[in-house]
Amino acid sequence: MADMKIGAYICQGCGIGERLDTAQLASVAKREGKAAEAREHAFLCSAEGVKMIQDDIAAGVTHVVIAACSRRAKTEAFSFEGVAISRANLREGVIWVRPDTPEAAETTQEMADDYVRMACAEAKHMKIPSASGEQGLVRTILVVGGGISGMTAALEAAKTGYKVELVEKTGALGGVAAQMFKKYPDKAPYNVLADNTTGAMIDAVNANGNITVHLNTTVAKTEGAPGRFAVTLATESGASKEVTVGAIIQATGFTPYDITRLPELGGGKSPDVMDQLAFEQMVKANNGAIKKSDGSDAKNVVFVQCAGQRSDAEGHLPYCSGHCCMTSIKQARYVKEAGGDATVIFDDLRTPGADGEDVYRGGQEAGVTFSKGKVSAIEAAGKGLKVNYTDKILAEDTTIDADIVVLATGMVPASGPNPYLTQEIEAADKAGDTALAEKLKAEQASAPASILNLQYRQGTDVPHLKSGFTDSHFICFPYETRRTGIYTAGPVRRPMDAHQAMEDATGAALKAIQACENAALGRAAHPRSGDLSFPSFRKEGCTQCKRCTVECPFGAINEDEKGFPQYNESRCRRCGTCMGACPVRVISFENYSVETIGQQLKAVDMPDEFSEKPRLLVLACENDAYPALDMAGMTKQEYSAFARIIPVRCLGSVNTIWITDALNSGYDGVILLGCQKGDNYQCHFVKGSEMAHYRMSKIDDTLTQLNLEKERVQTYEVSIADIQRIPQIINDMEKLIGEIGMSPFKF
Amino acid sequence: MSDMNQAMVEKYRSNFLKEVEANVEEGTWVKMCMQCGVCSGSCPLGPHWEHPPQELFMMIRAGKREEVLSSSSMWMCTSCYNCIARCPRGLPITHIMHGLASYAKRLGLAPNRQPTKEFGQIFWDSIAKNGRVNELKIGVGLYFMNGFSQGIKNALAGRELGMAMMKSKRMNPMEYFGGHKCKDLSGIAKMLKKAEEFEAEHITKFGE
Repeated sequence: MADMKIGAYICQGCGIGERLDTAQLASVAKREGKAAEAREHAFLCSAEGVKMIQDDIAAGVTHVVIAACSRRAKTEAFSFEGVAISRANLREGVIWVRPDTPEAAETTQEMADDYVRMACAEAKHMKIPSASGEQGLVRTILVVGGGISGMTAALEAAKTGYKVELVEKTGALGGVAAQMFKKYPDKAPYNVLADNTTGAMIDAVNANGNITVHLNTTVAKTEGAPGRFAVTLATESGASKEVTVGAIIQATGFTPYDITRLPELGGGKSPDVMDQLAFEQMVKANNGAIKKSDGSDAKNVVFVQCAGQRSDAEGHLPYCSGHCCMTSIKQARYVKEAGGDATVIFDDLRTPGADGEDVYRGGQEAGVTFSKGKVSAIEAAGKGLKVNYTDKILAEDTTIDADIVVLATGMVPASGPNPYLTQEIEAADKAGDTALAEKLKAEQASAPASILNLQYRQGTDVPHLKSGFTDSHFICFPYETRRTGIYTAGPVRRPMDAHQAMEDATGAALKAIQACENAALGRAAHPRSGDLSFPSFRKEGCTQCKRCTVECPFGAINEDEKGFPQYNESRCRRCGTCMGACPVRVISFENYSVETIGQQLKAVDMPDEFSEKPRLLVLACENDAYPALDMAGMTKQEYSAFARIIPVRCLGSVNTIWITDALNSGYDGVILLGCQKGDNYQCHFVKGSEMAHYRMSKIDDTLTQLNLEKERVQTYEVSIADIQRIPQIINDMEKLIGEIGMSPFKF
Repeated sequence: MSDMNQAMVEKYRSNFLKEVEANVEEGTWVKMCMQCGVCSGSCPLGPHWEHPPQELFMMIRAGKREEVLSSSSMWMCTSCYNCIARCPRGLPITHIMHGLASYAKRLGLAPNRQPTKEFGQIFWDSIAKNGRVNELKIGVGLYFMNGFSQGIKNALAGRELGMAMMKSKRMNPMEYFGGHKCKDLSGIAKMLKKAEEFEAEHITKFGE
């Protein structure tokens, strides 16, 4: 920007003025940081301080450097429209982590000087982000699946004035919920059975003017990005229709686990051994009477919990399906109401929530017998069945007679195919792991048909997390998938009962609305919500290596016909993993680029080899590691005065050039702090931390070329709670440098 | 097998839980046990029981009639009420234990010479006869519960305590011959007779 004007503002509050020479900081900003204005203020976040900055902005300042507290503090006060802002962390990052002693004063001041230099350097290379201009507000949501989750999502979205396109592949709405005889109630008292109200819900959906229902319809093609998805719907008759939607909710539910895979429990062998759904259908068909397959009345019904689930056995489901205990209690009450005897054989009876506890109590009051045990075999005996089990309270093997046995087999998510299978097969082939490759190929051969038919570079459907469920992260980002603007709700996301599915669908509907509204303004979704920047690339420098398209955790980048990356800015979550991936460094964001970080680390004053003042570069993930460092400051954990900490959006955005540059400019050590990777990942951008670890494993070559010890670059997985461990990591690095010596690359 | 026991077996054939619900004091609560085991963990005598309360409840559900009713476990309850205080479901466990014990006794299935049972019987006999408890007679009765020679041995073992009580005038040996009574003996007798009639009426109803 030709008329760039940097204004630097140095706060003296919170003890900064007493510990640091702020006049010197102002002079550093002016002389070295090339700031046009550099002002000190006793209380910068006060109305008066903020006004001072605003007046300067009005007078032409375009880039604001705030040297005060952490960038995580006072964000409201220091948010100015239309200017680029960088922050120097003098409070949490300097005075609070350094002892207030005369000996420490010199290095503490050096630390502060450097942070001011760094903030000015960053500001100089920042542009003011603005939206891409490709967006428009589309107040329509596509809901795929017409069961209770899909209908709830449609109704909730419609209530807010949004239009809904509801797609159901069968000929009727209602899904599994419509097949229920009765349900347990959704309001107190919970210890009774309630009528199934799915019919009323179907009527409400059909009567709602904002909802268009497409029966016998599937999604043939989904193109575009949040705010502008172009979806082709195909009907059974072959007709097709195109709709434009802002966001998508996939509520495709579940299928019951295949009962014939449990022959030892009589699955598929006797018609009187059935799963919960079949029992429900039978009771509904007989309007409450419990009848065996031969038409006679059943007196004794035994419910076997955890049949083929919560089991490590090959082919079984490893997880708890969450609803089966409650469902069995409900069904046992059908039996009691019909005058029969019902026994529930369980291992752990799980009835989550206060209402669940009341459902259980209601079952006990109705006289359902609960027996803790493990069923070993179910076999035919005369006209009935014999259930052999180990009573775990009385520690003995025993037998119970039954007319009908109901197996709680659990739920399998009705997800689309895993979009990464092809990629994983290629990787397994490349690694020579034939066993894994064979297994993956078998999985691919038996994969279900695609549900969304996404025209994404990375595959046709929403990625799976564990066991085929399509969640992104249960704890940090509920409802999210790894495809921005596409949300999953109900049992396709995690196992759940109808009540939870309705709550889930409501949440997903609100998330989908957020996605539409954010996309219309060109803003990012979480965790950088509100961020207007988006990645752009220098086409002439691009070598079409495809790393960015492959490594983007959110499938945001397609390839155009010529093989160049094609960014879909509203699919992007602004993590910068593409920027970290690019070997030729052509990808950047307006306010976050290879330059903004590269120039920061180069702006640090580098003492010579004999000064006994090493320099440690710390690249800290802004989601966990940087807040932990701030908290270390708040609790006065001291760490080395030689550390220079730069927050990064995700460790995945770290380009190896920064490491090479740092080592070349004389840094003695480099520490990378990211989130936990792997199966139980905590990385806010799913794969960023993992990619960083992988890339850093290759940095040894660079170190060897430079003739440096490989201990000089270290990568750690940390969590937000590591407020003592992270200072320790930094201090250990300082100690290590003391042992192996200073870097020879200081000039 | 007593006639009444026979009648109960027939009435509730293969469903002991229903029998307990109908005939045991507070027995309707047994089905509400959720097997958490807090009662057993809280019981100061728990480790000494053959079956802790939560296990007894499970045995009732499993239809182990003979084992439950002839068990000495429920006789071990000292009514400390820890289990009731701690049961998350609020089951009156102490009362159920006493209910089970008295039901077992009524059916004639309680273990022979169970000390708590014997003590209860002697106590009852004493109070029913005189309208007051004669502690000396109860003590002597208990000493000789298991035969004459065991009684002598018990008496010798406790003689120092006995002598000390006599010296401090806490025990009068003459009480053994007669002892004090309440004023209206015939009133007490009538009252108990009436109570027995009520109870008998109740039992006959079960027996039907």
